[in-house]
Amino acid sequence: MIDNNKVTNIFLSGVGGQGTILASNILAEVFLKAGYDVKKSEVHGMAQRGGDVTTHFRFGKKVYSPLIKYGDVDFLLSFELLEALRYINWVKPEGKIVINKQEILPSGVNLGVAKYPQDVEKSFKKYFKDNVWVLNGQEMARKLGNIQAANVVLLGAFSNFFPEMKEEQFIDAIKTLLAPKLHDLNVKAFYEGRKTI
Amino acid sequence: MKEIMQGNSAIARGAWEAGVTVAAAYPGTPSSEILKEIADNYPEIYAEWAPNEKVSVEVASGAAIAGARCMASMKHVGMNVAADPFMTLAYTGIKGGFVIVIADDPNVHSSQNEQDSRNWARFAKVPMLEPGDAQECKDFTKIGYEISEKFDTPVILRTETRVAHSDSPVELENRVESKIPLGLDPKQAPKYVMVPFNVRERRKVVEDRMEKLSAYADEFKYNVMEINDPNIGVITSGVSYLYTKDVFPNYSYLKLGMVWPLPKKMIADFYKKVKKVIIVEELDPFLETEIKALGYKVWHGKDVIPNMYELDPMIVEKSLLGKKYKASKPRIAAGDLPRRPPNMCAGCSHRPMFYALKKLGAFVFGDIGCYTLATAPPLQALHTTVCMGAGVGEAHGAIKAMGKEGLGKIVAVLGDSTFLHSGVTPLMDVVYNKGASTTIVLDNRITGMTGHQEHPGTGFTVRQEPTNMIDYETLGKAVGVKHIRKIDPYNIKETMKVVKEEMDRDAPSLILCVDSPCVMLKREKRKFQAATYTIDTDKCRGCKVCLDIGCPAISWQEGAGATVDGHKRKGTVFINKDQCAGCEVCAQVCKFEAIVPGAK
Ligand code: SF4
Ligand code: SF4
Repeated sequence: MIDNNKVTNIFLSGVGGQGTILASNILAEVFLKAGYDVKKSEVHGMAQRGGDVTTHFRFGKKVYSPLIKYGDVDFLLSFELLEALRYINWVKPEGKIVINKQEILPSGVNLGVAKYPQDVEKSFKKYFKDNVWVLNGQEMARKLGNIQAANVVLLGAFSNFFPEMKEEQFIDAIKTLLAPKLHDLNVKAFYEGRKTI
Repeated sequence: MKEIMQGNSAIARGAWEAGVTVAAAYPGTPSSEILKEIADNYPEIYAEWAPNEKVSVEVASGAAIAGARCMASMKHVGMNVAADPFMTLAYTGIKGGFVIVIADDPNVHSSQNEQDSRNWARFAKVPMLEPGDAQECKDFTKIGYEISEKFDTPVILRTETRVAHSDSPVELENRVESKIPLGLDPKQAPKYVMVPFNVRERRKVVEDRMEKLSAYADEFKYNVMEINDPNIGVITSGVSYLYTKDVFPNYSYLKLGMVWPLPKKMIADFYKKVKKVIIVEELDPFLETEIKALGYKVWHGKDVIPNMYELDPMIVEKSLLGKKYKASKPRIAAGDLPRRPPNMCAGCSHRPMFYALKKLGAFVFGDIGCYTLATAPPLQALHTTVCMGAGVGEAHGAIKAMGKEGLGKIVAVLGDSTFLHSGVTPLMDVVYNKGASTTIVLDNRITGMTGHQEHPGTGFTVRQEPTNMIDYETLGKAVGVKHIRKIDPYNIKETMKVVKEEMDRDAPSLILCVDSPCVMLKREKRKFQAATYTIDTDKCRGCKVCLDIGCPAISWQEGAGATVDGHKRKGTVFINKDQCAGCEVCAQVCKFEAIVPGAK
């Protein structure tokens, strides 16, 4: 539910190449069209790929800062397990979380000098109880024919947190931001995800 | 109509709406998108990637002197390169409006230092505007042209990462063509020829202009006073205002849209209206120093707000509340999690080159680009990074210092774009001064790290039109290098042989990597023998040698076992076929022929 008297804070995290920024662009389009003020800021590592990517996304009647205050995240959408855990401290106690069940190993883990965290799901359940949803975005997207659409599957699931927004609003945004040849796949991906929560 | 735009896109839009016709830039994070946006969306503007920032400012200033509205954009360190023409343009002034965009990078997300570009405004005596969000990026760009023409001066628009790379709604307006007639007037020579006789005249103009600008700042509509709680007033600008307003909405504010020169009357007025003044600014105590120098008391400023890295709403709140600040409890110690530093892509041609250099034990004077990542484990094969082109001169200097001792141990390595940016000039120096250093150009056919921008060596302009292409061999010869070698970096043995020969040589040499385009580049693709490689677990002894190249597609898997011929092992490596590009580099380093073509 959207509280219109305050700013809603959404944090997205993932690894370069996963489509984190596209997902946040779709959200921005949806909420701008719905008449909200929106602010969004993203950070990515130095190289083209492989580094972590985060996006701060905020909407409300009037939004000042493009960055969310530490501990003030209402919704976390993460495209990778470790990148979800990295931001667990940012989420409010009553926050809602959607995580993609994918492990992308950082270089230290590849080299065998660092350990990939275990039981990410459990850690989240411990603090957020039923407010955590872990989905296998790749698998669902693979069934639709292209794992590239995993980000939109996740977004579909995430869209349920905003019952005020209609399905068509998301579909319109997807169509505005993606090339026509990708529309069918991503619209399907959105519906697939939307069914899950 | 409102559209969500990134700060950089909004600057491009502002340039277009302001009637700009010439724009030049060298890519640099976080400024790179500005010129790309202009090239992609605004055909009315001539746009070019210049080989470096100095050239971009020179091109733009030529257009300005001819009466055109123009823009040069760069990152903070780019301004160091451009400083030479810039400092003097402050004297000559312009004719058509000239806005220079400088994008700072607090917290050094991808730069070699953290510098506060507001100092340039004071140093050069030019006005500086500082937007906080995308709407302001567009508005301030447009007003920058008005100020530039009204006061006959270049204007700096200063952004920083959180402004350049943040998105917010922007109201779109139409383009208005400039009213200044194009043309050059030879009678204006005393204004533009900066020989001492003329400089002394212009020197007075500069001071006079600052006086006028200072008065203008008091009327400037984007210097805004907001009186709420009369007890606490905050003087701030740009994104710092947004962070502070977010956490302390009830304080009073003096938000400066123009950070140089300062609006003295407004500041005096603000001090009358509020009891205590706090100054919130990122990086240097720029406003604080100036306001104190005007004789005012500052209740809080850099005594509590950090003078390095980025600010954010939490830091502002924490700093100003001091002990009263209550943070949310951490659920896990985030520091315990493995970091995820960026890495060279699977299949990247820089990887085998640095592996070869490491094997040779070379001291590598480096540069800035994707290949700078070779300094990280496991490669750890790049030993200096100062600024673009620096490595070439450094290697030369080191060999001069060490004499014969330096031979066989030292190379300079830089990318194609950085070579053209400022590697050619020191290479001339190496030849001219009878040096002996080796310069390796990692030609990946594009400016890689900033996101694939064209340059004079790629054969394409910013708008993807085919154009003349630099031939590095001819260029090297023209500069006077006698020993020019071409190598295929994917062939590690051959690479090591050639590099060793050239390092040992008591004469300047230039090594050019060929047929090694960036693996992410769609236009040019290298054909590899096989699409992917895989591990033959019958043969893998788990010696971990292939992990030394640091390919992201290769990972270690624990698990005791043995090879078919009975060698015990503690685990094997694994190749992720979704990531492997088939470059065969790992297969070359495996002594046991355990890495073979094919997918598993
Ligand atoms: S062939 Fe080897 S080094 Fe090359 S991309 Fe594949 S796994 Fe990496
Ligand atoms: S693949 Fe070759 S180099 Fe890599 S661990 Fe196995 S035996 Fe060693």
